[in-house]
Amino acid sequence: MASVKRIQRIKFGLLSPKEIRRMSATKIITADTYDDDGFPIDMGLMDPRLGVINPGLRCKTCGGRIGECPGHFGHIELVAPVIHVGFAKWILKILRATCRKCGHLLFDEMTKKEYLDQIKSLNKLGQLTDDVVKEVFKNATKIRVCPYCEERQKEIAFEKPSMYIEEGHKLMPADIRDRFERIPDEDVEIFGMDPRNARPEWMILTVLPVPPVNTRPSITLESGQRSEDDLTHKLVDIIRINQRFQENTGAGAPQLIIEDLWELLQYHVTTFMDNEVSGVPPARHRSGRPLKTLSQRLRGKEGRFRGSLSGKRVNFSARTVISPDPNLNIDEVGVPLKIAQEMTITMNVTPQNIKKCKEYVRRGPDNHPGANYVKRGDGRRVKITEHNCEELAEMLEPGWSIDRQLMEGDIVLFNRQPSLHRMSIMAHNVKIMPDKTFRIHPSVCPPYNADFDGDEMNLHVPQTEEARADARTLMKVEENMLSPRFGGPIIGGIHDHISGTFILTRGRKLFDKSTALNMLRKSDTKDLTMPVETINEQPYWTGKQIFSCVLPEGLDVTYEAKMCENCEACKKEKCEKDAYVKIRNGELLCGTIDENGIGAFKGKILDRICKSYGVTEGRKFLENATQLAIRAIMHFGFSFGIDDGDIPRETQNQISSVMVDVKGRVDRLIEAYKAEELEPLPGRTVDETIEMKIMQELGKARDLSGSIAGKHLGHNNSAVIMAISGSRGSMLNLTQMAACVGQQSVRGERITRGYEGRTLPHFERGDLKADARGFVTSSYKKGLSPTEFFFHAIGGREGLVDTAVRTSQSGYLQRRLINALQDLDVKYDGTVRDTTGQIIQFEYGEDGVDPAKSDYGKSVNVRKIIENITGKEVV
Amino acid sequence: MKKISVIDHELVPEHIVLSERDVKSLLAKHHISVGELPKIKISDPVIKEIGASAGDVIKIIRNSHTAGKAIVYRLVID
Repeated sequence: MASVKRIQRIKFGLLSPKEIRRMSATKIITADTYDDDGFPIDMGLMDPRLGVINPGLRCKTCGGRIGECPGHFGHIELVAPVIHVGFAKWILKILRATCRKCGHLLFDEMTKKEYLDQIKSLNKLGQLTDDVVKEVFKNATKIRVCPYCEERQKEIAFEKPSMYIEEGHKLMPADIRDRFERIPDEDVEIFGMDPRNARPEWMILTVLPVPPVNTRPSITLESGQRSEDDLTHKLVDIIRINQRFQENTGAGAPQLIIEDLWELLQYHVTTFMDNEVSGVPPARHRSGRPLKTLSQRLRGKEGRFRGSLSGKRVNFSARTVISPDPNLNIDEVGVPLKIAQEMTITMNVTPQNIKKCKEYVRRGPDNHPGANYVKRGDGRRVKITEHNCEELAEMLEPGWSIDRQLMEGDIVLFNRQPSLHRMSIMAHNVKIMPDKTFRIHPSVCPPYNADFDGDEMNLHVPQTEEARADARTLMKVEENMLSPRFGGPIIGGIHDHISGTFILTRGRKLFDKSTALNMLRKSDTKDLTMPVETINEQPYWTGKQIFSCVLPEGLDVTYEAKMCENCEACKKEKCEKDAYVKIRNGELLCGTIDENGIGAFKGKILDRICKSYGVTEGRKFLENATQLAIRAIMHFGFSFGIDDGDIPRETQNQISSVMVDVKGRVDRLIEAYKAEELEPLPGRTVDETIEMKIMQELGKARDLSGSIAGKHLGHNNSAVIMAISGSRGSMLNLTQMAACVGQQSVRGERITRGYEGRTLPHFERGDLKADARGFVTSSYKKGLSPTEFFFHAIGGREGLVDTAVRTSQSGYLQRRLINALQDLDVKYDGTVRDTTGQIIQFEYGEDGVDPAKSDYGKSVNVRKIIENITGKEVV
Repeated sequence: MKKISVIDHELVPEHIVLSERDVKSLLAKHHISVGELPKIKISDPVIKEIGASAGDVIKIIRNSHTAGKAIVYRLVID
């Protein structure tokens, strides 16, 4: 095995003409590629010494075969020097900073020494010299007379992309090169360049390196016609012009023609390097498509760095739209049959599995769990078809391998971008399904941050036994139920699951046997507990009892439900809101199960089960609980329509009187302000005080109207149920729909911008009243007035812009953080080290606790342990 | 002006120069050489104050959100 090599250092520099010639395998003189017989022409662009492209041949330079030979550069001797576009700006800087006659940097000896010392000490420390170099060029350009030869320096203008004009006189690349050659080595160092690796005159090309043939392979079309790479086309252009230039100079052509040709050569060399230089029309293919030259290959999203090195496309992956299926298990993914038939797992045929393998091969590619390819002992791959499957199955023997189709029970990785945390890629079991979308259980949406409005997800099939084992032990959904971010569950019931358990467990609802069993039908529960009541000789069970059936035996949990109002004196079991949840020995004694019980991120019961009974038990509980919840919500029926937000006239009047009241109070505040009677709050100006007071009043008014509306809608209103159980929406959303939208704000303040002294021409200048500054009295249901609508649009737009900016900024921040930390790992001794073995932390997180295995970040839950041992509640 | 000692500041954790024996046992415990320890510059105000020299190993006992007290070691460098 090859030894691991460590890169010591990388040196960057410019290629000198000498070096280009030295590394060149051949000089290129003809623009032709192949002769009539299809053989490459010697000293042409496809010279065999530049590397091999035909399989079976050996390289004329190194003797390597295809794949062994790295390719070899050639070179073109340019008749006249041309500017390298990539250095055009540098050339200008150096021209301006050096003497046009003697070539010295325009500083006196003292200044030079100062700068040189600075640069040398920075280099020694391994720090960047950019700032010093920038200063050098800035200050040197200001000097108008050379301190060495007393030559007056002329102004040099630069015309994109590569024209330098010295006081009306055009500088030819040859002149520039002459000047640069005169710059002494010591002065070059002050530019931050190393004169041994990068002399300034090397920025002007006299020799052009020709990339090896395997960088620009030609393709043979079906018609037998050869089609050359874009780079080859460009090189042909360069050689043609170079030849014409030579002929013309030899024949003593007039200066005008020479200059034209020179410019043309410059154009071709420029576009060879970069075909997107501003000010240069891009070189085009005959079809009109711009050529893809050197810099286009590297740059941008699809370039070499971002497109081929940092990220690439992979095999054994699939992508399609996702849709929900609550009947799946949480760790399953529904894979369309069509996709399963395309995706394969390689099985090595052994005496142990040959029977199975034969069966797969015999079924062929169209008969689901079948196989698509066999690989024979000699390494030949044979595609399985309807016709040859029987034959191949008979021939199958140990040592062969088959590409078996993806089937039920296989493990796959499932991913949704952006992959912001490790729960963005989890391992699921395959479930083959009809139709064309991936199906997932709605409970796994939170970790992926997925919804079903058209989201697409990717699926990858691990190909080795090791990869599958890794996926099973580390990446399964159940292994990721507890988040390493806060040590609580990140997967849990959502939306209807929460509404369902909430309705089921709230109060003391009674259900007869058939209803109770129907609700529990899809869960694993084996039997019901004793009924609480018998009415007309029929047994009845409470919703709490039914829910208890899915709880594991022996579970003890106590917590406050989401709807707990944090009363001063908690009445515990006697809470009239039924918000005190107490589970003893796996039985729900009191309380309502809502978001704080089984919800994603918050579910206390889920959390307890995962930590006390293991994640598998936790997963099973969640599956049962969600199934029960859905059956429960279906039993009761649950909907929300426009008239569910209706409030009677009476209540509406109450709300409008609240609005009139608050407007009166705001008016009085404004009066007091105008009369200069307003007491400023400590540390505030009067202007700030009035704004704050008005905002406060308006906020209070909105809340009051909301509570009036809420009271009227009652606890059986669907929207109210959703808000207090935490399944969707909030009381604020409800307030805005039914009662009053409230103050619209920009940057946390009332809206003031718009016209001079007023927001809209509908108001007077300096009007501080509520409605002139963006207070929306109406509800969404009632509808907004034109001015209100406009203010609402302003506030809404700010929110939109905020989210857009926030996501991009936090995304970039996270990327930088991850790039800085990605190579650190926790070693077996608990230390955090980098790749060189340097210790970063002596104990991971200073306490050595894995947050995913912790109890909300704490290593031990002392309270829980005491309760377990003493059996008493700890207050 | 009265010169203040940075050590007395409440935000500056306790710094102790480790004895040679302790250094040895620390290195043995983690199976490392001194080079793999985190570094602290000799120009660091606290290091200047306690007068440690390059090559010394400093034990720092600081408050930690997660562990209460956390002990870290640093090698003094030039």
